[in-house]
Amino acid sequence: MKHRYLNGVTTLEYNIDKCVGCGKCTEVCPHGVFEMALGAKASVFQRDSCMECGACALNCPTGSIEVDAGVGCAAAITLGWLRGKEPSCGCGGSECC
Amino acid sequence: MSEKSNCCNTTDDCCRECAVKTVGSSLSLSDVLGAWKVRWGIGRMDYSVAPGLYALGEPDNSSPVFVSANYKLTFDTLRKNLDGLNCWLLILDTNGINVWCAAGKGTFGTDELIHRIEASELSKFVSHKKLVLPQLGAPGISAHEVKRHSGFDVNYGPVRASDIKEYVNAGYKTTKEMRTVQFSLWDRLVLTPMELIPALKCSLPIFGVMLIANQFAATPFDKTDIVAHAGAVAAGTVLTPALLPYIPGKAFSIKGWLLGLGCTASILGLSGKLKKESRLLSAGYLLLFPAISAFLAMNFTGASTYTSPSGVKREVERALPLIVAAGAAGAALTLGAHLFRRGRAAR
Ligand code: SF4
Ligand code: SF4
Repeated sequence: MKHRYLNGVTTLEYNIDKCVGCGKCTEVCPHGVFEMALGAKASVFQRDSCMECGACALNCPTGSIEVDAGVGCAAAITLGWLRGKEPSCGCGGSECC
Repeated sequence: MSEKSNCCNTTDDCCRECAVKTVGSSLSLSDVLGAWKVRWGIGRMDYSVAPGLYALGEPDNSSPVFVSANYKLTFDTLRKNLDGLNCWLLILDTNGINVWCAAGKGTFGTDELIHRIEASELSKFVSHKKLVLPQLGAPGISAHEVKRHSGFDVNYGPVRASDIKEYVNAGYKTTKEMRTVQFSLWDRLVLTPMELIPALKCSLPIFGVMLIANQFAATPFDKTDIVAHAGAVAAGTVLTPALLPYIPGKAFSIKGWLLGLGCTASILGLSGKLKKESRLLSAGYLLLFPAISAFLAMNFTGASTYTSPSGVKREVERALPLIVAAGAAGAALTLGAHLFRRGRAAR
């Protein structure tokens, strides 16, 4: 069964004009957000599946993608507020937080 | 782990040989026990292997190079799944943290990869320029930057190590299936001990409060209260993760709240604690315990593989004030009813 989280929240921005169609974004996205369209450019296919990991933006050679990447972790965000700092994940070992 | 140092004592390429550690693909009993201990949070820190280049099987200069993190569980899973393949493992120093978390933090990152390629003198061992990285490392690595600085091509392999053989056999091509992160029942269940145990530890002061209150209480707290609390904790830390995709709602806090409500109502209902004549107490219970479940369930966003920071931020902004208000009101009612209302609070 497919997991879905809140809709309409991602900060993903894609500028199709800069895309050279290398396909790297489709390769790195863990949630199939990008697809290669027939016109040999990438297109955003499932925007609401984006978890803002930042892989696409970092690996796009032409800088066509921007996203405000970070940790999707309630404890980190709450602690970040309490301490008045950017949320950071206390990865102790196998998984975040 | 059978890590034997291949150090010779006479030949000239001694140093070159020493730079490479050899490793087998089968896991020993202590590897398996170690993994179990890590999952349950026993000595969880510091479970790492030395970074550097490892030879698995008998690789030569045309053998593939797989890059990974120096978290021992990751390393073990990788070598187990590479069984039968002669290859090189280039292990980055991620402070003993898995690929996914380390990529998010940037320790599994472009700079470390470039550094490790140089430090291990990788180009002396292989004649090709191809690296295979786990796809989950991509949030830390910029493939074109690595290429620019080291000359090596970054290829992203499958998300799951168990797909590596298939990926290799398919000529180093991933399918969409291999590239998509799953979050299966098993994936979720192995994470629950690390949710449950800290939550139970945090519950000890609550039991302490009950104990102290019992010195003065008109109606003492009894074991049903403890069971109801434990039920709420389990609903948030174990049941919600296990049933995640089947519970209505998208926000984790809502899912946790629903299960917490079900749990609390069943435990207290069956024990006869939800009685008409103690409406205030019943309301207290039903405010407090589901709020605890909701809070704990919300924390599971940190372990999940699909929640975005923007989404979690929105969820926390909306849910946390409600959780705190409900929890505080519920705690006050529950405590007050036990302290001041004789006989009617409990059976
Ligand atoms: S990585 Fe960038 S250039 Fe390549 S297909 Fe995606 S958007 Fe286009
Ligand atoms: S940020 Fe991550 S999840 Fe979102 S589109 Fe990019 S690669 Fe996919």
